Amino acid sequence: MRALTWHGKHDVRVETHPDPEIVNPRDAIIEVTATAICGSDLHLYDGVIPGLMSGDILGHEFMGRVVETGPKSTLKKGQRVVVPFTISCGKCFFCEHQLFSACDNSNTAEKQDLSEPLYGHAVSGLFGYSHLTGGYPGGQAEYVRVPYSDVGPIVIPDGLEDEQVLFLSDILPTGWMAAENAGIEEGDTVAVWGCGPVGLFAIQSALLMGAGKVIAIDEYPKRLALARKLGAEGIDFRRTKVLEALMEMSGGLGPDAVIDAVGMEAHGFMPDTLMDNMKQRVGIGADSAHALREAILAVRKGGRVSVPGVYGGFLDKFPLGALMEKGLTVKTGQTHVQRYTEELLRRIGEGEIDTTFLISHRLPLEEAARGYENFRFNQNEWTKVVLKPGMTGA
Amino acid sequence: MPLHRTPRTGPEPRTLALLAGAGLAAGAAVWAVSRSRENPVVFRPNDDAPDRASRHPGGTMPVGRTITINRPRSELFAFWRDFSNLPQFMESVEHVTVVGDVSRWTLAAPFGRKVTLETRIVEEVPDRLIAWRSTDGSDVRAEGAVTFRDAPAGRGTEVEAVVAYVPAGGEAGRLIARLFRLVPAMQGRRELRRFKMLMEAGEIATSRNRKD
Ligand SMILES: NC(=O)c1ccc[n+]([C@@H]2O[C@H](COP(=O)([O-])OP(=O)(O)OC[C@H]3O[C@@H](n4cnc5c(N)ncnc54)[C@H](O)[C@@H]3O)[C@@H](O)[C@H]2O)c1
Ligand SMILES: [Zn+2]
Ligand SMILES: [Zn+2]
Repeated sequence: MRALTWHGKHDVRVETHPDPEIVNPRDAIIEVTATAICGSDLHLYDGVIPGLMSGDILGHEFMGRVVETGPKSTLKKGQRVVVPFTISCGKCFFCEHQLFSACDNSNTAEKQDLSEPLYGHAVSGLFGYSHLTGGYPGGQAEYVRVPYSDVGPIVIPDGLEDEQVLFLSDILPTGWMAAENAGIEEGDTVAVWGCGPVGLFAIQSALLMGAGKVIAIDEYPKRLALARKLGAEGIDFRRTKVLEALMEMSGGLGPDAVIDAVGMEAHGFMPDTLMDNMKQRVGIGADSAHALREAILAVRKGGRVSVPGVYGGFLDKFPLGALMEKGLTVKTGQTHVQRYTEELLRRIGEGEIDTTFLISHRLPLEEAARGYENFRFNQNEWTKVVLKPGMTGA
Repeated sequence: MPLHRTPRTGPEPRTLALLAGAGLAAGAAVWAVSRSRENPVVFRPNDDAPDRASRHPGGTMPVGRTITINRPRSELFAFWRDFSNLPQFMESVEHVTVVGDVSRWTLAAPFGRKVTLETRIVEEVPDRLIAWRSTDGSDVRAEGAVTFRDAPAGRGTEVEAVVAYVPAGGEAGRLIARLFRLVPAMQGRRELRRFKMLMEAGEIATSRNRKD
């Protein structure tokens, strides 16, 4: 099969790999019909997430047709399914408590040794990510082996297009959980850093959950325009002093809740960002966290901080004083995708949520490398890239 | 030295009761005392943590690990007690044959060698404890114990596995030392994780895309 393969920083190529087969009883094999490039893939592309190996197949947002099932899979050949990026056994303490991205059993016994010293506990398995999360071959491929296929994949009814449901695999539930973690109360003011796909879905979700005002922060006009179309007010951080603006736009109180949908590679020429980036470049596991620092300073006293943005290592100059003295609540995590898929599928079916507005480009899988390059370096124009293995070249 | 309890001044009554049956409690107490004389820094009467978590590991320190498994105690005990099941999750164990009360374990050693561990159960409390020690004729001198306790708040069972190897002399001894002294902690925790996967999820996680 053909698959997008990581070889190093800014070096990804579509190559031929052996087709996957059923290995464990609960497995299924999916023939991918649509897959996407995620902001998290950019952290891998930029080489700032530890634990990748040359030859790894990337991709964790994917859907397709079931072509093979193991004896304990509950899927049927021919079904159309969307596959959550979190691999979850459904049986452990964490899965039973709907903390699917904390599954105890989905990372391999050997690879759990990589994250245990780094994070204090072994993290669970994810598709197409780092070997810290199991090193599972990902979904930017023609075929994927899906473990625990009786728990993760959600079957899609006829009548819904791939593009309407593809993002159930990651960014739609991620934006939803980001808003849920912000503990939004009717009429709240919510500020969202980053108008990438995650930020945009967080904005959409926050408004659905009753936010009175959402303020979106980014630098790219097209991304800010998408946020404003959803009903948010915009702040261009290249032009405007973010903290001052947020205070003025929230009656001097500060937002009730803040959402960091930027993660570990914040842009901008702020002094903390320059230092973070330098450390990141020499590979000492430092995160660049300007957005998170700013969010903690901006949020009102007793406010809520929601962090869907990904961080992988360590951080200094963290405004811990502000966190403590203002009595803030922080919630974060890789998304517990399986917790949300059913409800969000229903909302898509009823026309309440549109998921397609942010797709800017559709490419054949063969052109995935071009997709990465542009999603990374032309962020204004390239807001979301969908890859289709079946599509013929443009 | 018995491994299936941590020597300390005030063990829980349940643990004591378990030990009393085999008369091992006395041994444990002696060990605790002698250790405290050897190295007074280690002996902290108000510290309930197992010795293997000590900041001052000694030469004979056993390795071990506790894991919580979301299954009933009796089910886990029964699976483990049938030693022929163990190669399913213990990678270094190739097979186990049980003759009477003696079990022979064929272990994979480096460079494709095999070593044999022969053990006898020294104590068994159904659904709670299996403690074993190598026989005099074994290639490997070792002892170990697996304890099954109810986890709090209905979370299933806490399984604690502890093992200590005494390397013998000669070539076999060196091989075994390589196998068991460098990696025992790692090996042990990986085996417990696989046991948990098998019991909870019914299969052992792998990121391999193909069977070969
Ligand atoms: N928690 C999860 O499970 C989960 C799932 C998916 C993605 N993520 C993470 O969410 C984050 C966003 O993902 P995405 O797909 O939207 O990525 P993206 O790269 O497309 O979007 C990030 C946006 O942040 C903006 N930005 C950069 N620096 C900023 C700053 N200082 N202030 C305000 N905005 C700034 C960028 O201009 C960009 O538009 C990433 O860290 C990604 O890894 C997390
Ligand atoms: Zn993602
Ligand atoms: Zn689980």
